[in-house]
Amino acid sequence: MKTTLIAVALALAFGIVAAQERRIELKDAPGRAQVEANCGSCHSLDYIVLNSPFLDKAGWDASVTKMIKVFGAPINADDAKAIADYLAANYGKS
Amino acid sequence: MASRRDFLKGTGGLVLASGGGWLASHAHGAVPNTPGLAALPGGATASGDLETLAGKIPLIKRSWRPPNYETPLSYFTAEITPNNAFFVRWHLAAIPEVSAATWKLKIGGDAAATPYEIDLEQLKRDFAAVELVAVNQCSGNRRGLFEPHVVGVEWGVGAMGNARWKGARLKDVLAKAGLKKEAVEIVLDGADGPVMPATPDFQKSLPVWKAIDENTLLAYEMNGEPLPHWNGFPVRVVVPGWTGTYWMKQVTSINAVSKPFEGFWVKGAYRIPIGKFPMIDHFASQLFVANAPITEMVVNSLIANVTSGQQVSVGRPFDVKGVAWDGGRGIAQVDVSVDGGRSWRAATLGQDLGRFSFRSFAIAVTPPAPGPMVIMSRATNRAGSTQTAELIANPAGYHHNVMQRIEVNAV
Repeated sequence: MKTTLIAVALALAFGIVAAQERRIELKDAPGRAQVEANCGSCHSLDYIVLNSPFLDKAGWDASVTKMIKVFGAPINADDAKAIADYLAANYGKS
Repeated sequence: MASRRDFLKGTGGLVLASGGGWLASHAHGAVPNTPGLAALPGGATASGDLETLAGKIPLIKRSWRPPNYETPLSYFTAEITPNNAFFVRWHLAAIPEVSAATWKLKIGGDAAATPYEIDLEQLKRDFAAVELVAVNQCSGNRRGLFEPHVVGVEWGVGAMGNARWKGARLKDVLAKAGLKKEAVEIVLDGADGPVMPATPDFQKSLPVWKAIDENTLLAYEMNGEPLPHWNGFPVRVVVPGWTGTYWMKQVTSINAVSKPFEGFWVKGAYRIPIGKFPMIDHFASQLFVANAPITEMVVNSLIANVTSGQQVSVGRPFDVKGVAWDGGRGIAQVDVSVDGGRSWRAATLGQDLGRFSFRSFAIAVTPPAPGPMVIMSRATNRAGSTQTAELIANPAGYHHNVMQRIEVNAV
């Protein structure tokens, strides 16, 4: 409940801010929705493009884990896996 | 642990920010990355457009939210970086617009005998004003040029600037609070905050010895004007010689503490491996076995008027110009090579604005024969430290002071 309220408050606040950012068209692939819904709450999605393409799967796993464990991102385990898989497949080292 | 107040402060800031005209407009333009160093990640080059934040000239955008923008190369032939071209670096996205009229600074902590609070007028009126010129450089400046790449804001060479700062000595402000002998660190916090309540707020600490150094300031002027919002209006901490992480923007509280600060941004970030860098300044209360807090900047230089791929004319002299800086010993010499480091000549140094400032340099060179010519600069400080030819790897991508190798073509 509390989480939902926070999410709503953030969505309201960020609705305005996000509209000022240039829209990032992340690559269309499974997991993109989870990336946009979770990562975009705290930072613009250009961070993903900025940090590409040099991380391997372990590198993106570590980044997602750091966001959750160190920076307190409220991302559930299913979404975390989908996000890391998406980033490694689409913004990882080829 | 972030409190509800922090969260409210955060969203309040966002609302203010969205209503205050502080957001970027988007004048686009590709930014060449040719300073004769390793390449940025492909994604960083692709997304690093020139964009204009309110009150700034177009800067190289690294990220929108939080805002991270770097100064274009051409600004680094002059000692002073204009306020409207000064780089922008924030960690967390809830950045309020602080009003000079309502801003308050709280000074306290368990190692302060007489905590108090002041406003901007009192800070200006009650403490002697000091002016000095000092480089403010992000610890991770040039991180994007690390090979192999490391995660973070993928900066090129422009996450730095040099300004004339005016403010009160932190030492004087602490003295009024009755700094106790038990004090080991001074903890700094600013008005900015995290978006999520569980994200560690950006707070830093300084060892007492550095906090009470006569050059450590609470600055309310930058190049003779109020600080830009993006650079910490109305007051930021100025820690000459040390990397930008300690230069708390929008500072709102200063606490003298008797135990080492436990916050993430000191314990878990901004650390360098022990023994790899010529570090002189020590932050003894925060040493771990394997790493230490980053402290003073390493000696460095930047050629800013010549880029790789440029064509020059045989027999026609041209100037090689740039700036050099270090962690506060002062620049003694800048040498320039036009043969890839086989021979060197001393450049002429520009005006001396103090040991914490950029020192400009210039030298005329004449291409002797057709073909490629590799131009390099190498600064040496008054402690005899110089730049490296090979990158000193470290996990977070700090202290990049590899010499440029700018290849021009003489025809």
